[in-house]
Amino acid sequence: MIVKRNKLTFWERLYLPAILGGFKVTLRHFGNTLFRRRTAAKETAGGFYPETPWTVQPGYRGAPYLVRDQDGNTKCVSCQLCEFVCPPKAIRIVPPGPDGPIADRPNAEKIPQEFEINMLRCIFCGFCQEVCPEEAIFLQKDYSLTGTSRAEMIYNKEKLLTLGGTHPGVQKWKHTLEEAKEQEEFPVKA
Amino acid sequence: MDWNFVIFSAIKIACVFAVMMTMVAYAVLVERKVCAVIQDRVGPNRAAPPFIVAIPVVGPFLVRLGIFHPLADGLKLFLKEDFTPAHVRKIYFWLAPAITMIPALLTVAIIPFGSQIGGQKMVIADLNVGVLYTFGIVSLGVYGIVLAGYASNSKFAFLGGIRSGAQMISYELAMGMSVIPIFLLVGDLSLSKVIGYQAGGGWMILKQPLAFLIFMVAALAETNRMPFDFPEAEQELAGGYNVEYSSMKFGMFFMGEYANMVMSSALVATLFLGGWTLPWFGLDQTATSVVGGLLHIGIFLAKLGIVLLLMIWVRWMLPRFRYDQLMDLGWRRFIPLALANILVTAVWLWMKS
Repeated sequence: MIVKRNKLTFWERLYLPAILGGFKVTLRHFGNTLFRRRTAAKETAGGFYPETPWTVQPGYRGAPYLVRDQDGNTKCVSCQLCEFVCPPKAIRIVPPGPDGPIADRPNAEKIPQEFEINMLRCIFCGFCQEVCPEEAIFLQKDYSLTGTSRAEMIYNKEKLLTLGGTHPGVQKWKHTLEEAKEQEEFPVKA
Repeated sequence: MDWNFVIFSAIKIACVFAVMMTMVAYAVLVERKVCAVIQDRVGPNRAAPPFIVAIPVVGPFLVRLGIFHPLADGLKLFLKEDFTPAHVRKIYFWLAPAITMIPALLTVAIIPFGSQIGGQKMVIADLNVGVLYTFGIVSLGVYGIVLAGYASNSKFAFLGGIRSGAQMISYELAMGMSVIPIFLLVGDLSLSKVIGYQAGGGWMILKQPLAFLIFMVAALAETNRMPFDFPEAEQELAGGYNVEYSSMKFGMFFMGEYANMVMSSALVATLFLGGWTLPWFGLDQTATSVVGGLLHIGIFLAKLGIVLLLMIWVRWMLPRFRYDQLMDLGWRRFIPLALANILVTAVWLWMKS
């Protein structure tokens, strides 16, 4: 595509009308803010930040937390895909190994022994949520994480699960589980 | 040795330095507030020393104005870790902030900031070469930035330094040429004489609007302000010549920029807006009383403030030029225009005589 460049007229080349235009716009905003007290924060959020917290919109990518399924069991199966995909390497997973804890739900072979997200490194990109085959990690609405030490900002499995809560919306294995149960109860013909 | 002269000069220097530093600090606040208001925000309004908030109505009002933010900023800069990266050229790295700051402060010496208080002329040094001294000193300011860019030993700082070198040298020419018509009219280089001429014969902005325009734009370019802030173009250079600096060394660059702005505003007020004079109520004559003298200082500061506000406003009004456009504007527009202006003024003066 060829963008046609029009030759500037004399007035445009003089640059002064553009400056006056800019002055007009800035003066309008100046007057509105200063004399009519119209600020962006008040009009969109109804106040200023620390006093009036911002309402998080749906689809916002906040801090990633682990979620539990509808029965309150850990969804994560310690596959380590999120650890692998994480661009800033914020996630660290310790798999259970042969004699680690066993999964607390059916249809899962493993459960992570330890699952840590370093919130100082996390960039809230959402790759972990996208890559997770079990839909066990979700970017939630927290955006202002604070702590007084570096160690405090490394969230472990218990903390992540507590913060994440249950996620009854996505019930990936429920249907499969029912199917399996039906098959087990299926009368076998002699 | 004339001890009287030494003592009074020292007092004047101390006062001017104090006022200048306060203005630099509060120019930053004004910058932040003006920018906020233009962008539909409220700006800094949080720094609140407890004993001041306790004052009934005035306290919260001052806090809302953000009066204490410059103090907090200064304290923060002093307390921050002064980090020198391992890869820099240490001596130049340490020298550069000082070299940026000093010329900005030196130029104040010749600005007549008032008429007279108790027989003392309100100017630190009434040089008869006036403006030549200013341009001589101001052109040293570029060394600080170039040196910072070179010493930082990092590509962004280096690019910033190179840009600033090219830009400041180009615009110094236009700036110097733009004020020649004024001195043709006045017939003297001393700034006191320039003010005396304007008191009798109208302000220079009315007589030489083109010179004012060129000087103003060149001043923006010289102080690296927004339409021409190439040395520190945030989006292109991640901060430019001062990326490697921290703590008070960065603060020195920051203060140097604002001190330069205050200085340019003072020069504009002196050269084009009649300095400490006002054409009404006999305020264009040298003051005889202390009150009159203080009033003149007030008038000068008010004019300076207006020009400063204009410079700040322009930053939030115009986008940055492209580099070739900047050079084009400097070399192919302003220098010929300034030359033509000199020629027209000279011919006009010749016809008149």
